[in-house]
Amino acid sequence: MTILPGLETIIEITYLIATALFILALKWLSSPATARRGVFAGELGMVLAIAGTLLHHGIVEYKWIVIALVLGTIIGVPLGEVAMTAVPQRTALSHAFGALCVTLVGTAEFYLRTPDVPRFMMGVLSLEVILGSLTFTGSLMAAGKLQEILDQRPRTYKGQNFVNLGLLGVAIAVAGILVVHPEKTQLFPLIVGIPLLFGAMMIIPIGGADMPTVISLLNSYAGLSAAAMGFVLDSKLLIIAGALDGASGLILSINMSKAMNRSFTNVLFGAFGQEQAAAGKQETRPVRSATPDEAAGILAAANKVVIVPGYGMAVAQAQHKVRELYDALMKRGVDVKFGIHPVAGRMPGHMNVLLAEADIPYDKLLDMEDVNGDFPQTDVALVIGANDVTNPAARTDASSPIFGMPVLDVDKARTVMVIKRSMGAGFAGIENPLYYLDKTLMLFGDAKSFVGSIVRELGGGHE
Amino acid sequence: MKLDLLTSLYVFMLAAFIGFEVIRRVSPLLHTPLMSLTNALDAIAVVGAIILTGEFHAHGAMLAKILGTVAIVAATSNIVGGFLITDRMLKMFKASGPKKP
Repeated sequence: MTILPGLETIIEITYLIATALFILALKWLSSPATARRGVFAGELGMVLAIAGTLLHHGIVEYKWIVIALVLGTIIGVPLGEVAMTAVPQRTALSHAFGALCVTLVGTAEFYLRTPDVPRFMMGVLSLEVILGSLTFTGSLMAAGKLQEILDQRPRTYKGQNFVNLGLLGVAIAVAGILVVHPEKTQLFPLIVGIPLLFGAMMIIPIGGADMPTVISLLNSYAGLSAAAMGFVLDSKLLIIAGALDGASGLILSINMSKAMNRSFTNVLFGAFGQEQAAAGKQETRPVRSATPDEAAGILAAANKVVIVPGYGMAVAQAQHKVRELYDALMKRGVDVKFGIHPVAGRMPGHMNVLLAEADIPYDKLLDMEDVNGDFPQTDVALVIGANDVTNPAARTDASSPIFGMPVLDVDKARTVMVIKRSMGAGFAGIENPLYYLDKTLMLFGDAKSFVGSIVRELGGGHE
Repeated sequence: MKLDLLTSLYVFMLAAFIGFEVIRRVSPLLHTPLMSLTNALDAIAVVGAIILTGEFHAHGAMLAKILGTVAIVAATSNIVGGFLITDRMLKMFKASGPKKP
């Protein structure tokens, strides 16, 4: 027995080191130059913490632990190797897994401890389980919508918000009863089951364009539920990791909401674009269109080009063709940059990852704030699969549903070219006056093949 | 017990502040890897699941074992998948150096 206190101390020290490494991991992520060191620090911290935990003298049986660790690894490897275009749904799925872990542990802890659960503990445990369950189904729904297993359009019905908030209210009320009477074990399934239902219902009215905010918010919930679990288990390491994750998700959610000029409540309860889509007034104003060789001619004659990618580029898998276009134009001495809106794509930073995958140097990828000042000096703004984030109505038309949302000012460039499949309205179903400007050329077609044709005209490409 | 709880609250508060300050500095360029990395770190919840699964329980042993095992699988897949994909993404971010094809 004399060896045990020493062992306990060693375990605690591994946790302490792991905590420091986790914070360093996030700190090093601040710049692409040190970011990979950050991943290594995180991995080292994780291995230390798990190794320390396995030494825990309370553990009497290892069989299931080992089986589970192996099984988790087998599932985890393919999840780490998905295509870059599938990263949003993979991320949503991993939020679901994290939340599942927390919910299951919370549930087990309740049944092991009841009826002897102090009030504060029961409160935190309820928070853990409620947040965990709603994040689990919410994230699964989000992943389903992103993977297009489920319909991406927002679904609304009368009294939806009332029903959803009512559900959450009931779950919180039941949790309140349990805090006072933790021996009423028959109530516990309700604080798992109701949030499970709420999580799914919460995502039903949310459309694809709102996914960046929703994923960030779910990220934050997953972190907070893990922190709550840390309180229940009295694990400082878990409290800190959960708080870091929660803070990260919250910062990203705030960024995304700001970038859409909307509040959280508006994202969660707003069901964007539904009315516009339903109204569906078809514009028949004339637009100017151009062929690939005309577009190539204009691009080749330009000094400065800003490419604005959006979700459409990801859908068309056009990022590698875009890279060829970038190469062909750079070879001709054209200055090419990318203007990236914070909510372009389906999760924060989505476009950057896709373009980095296509080998475009990251110093060419500019934020909205950095690039907006450049548009008046830009010869050609080439919009590929982006719509609402380029809509000038957000600046000028107070009646537009996206009025006030910060957008990329592509309409200030000398020429605007928009690659688009057809004149159909964008995801949010909002009319974009950009397309009817005299300086705008519509390039109708699939983003990948259209960019490919331009590259051929420019005499570049690898085929 | 009461004091422990208060310490935990302090720890949570300080970690949240550190989180805000550190993460605010992460470039929007890396927001996707940020999310996958924090997700992997968050899966440290696996330590709770390991103890739950491995400990001796006088009652509810079956429940603890089943829920704990599934929890470990879920968390481990996040750890492995999260670190793998974060590193894969970060490997792709290159500056435009002097040597360009």
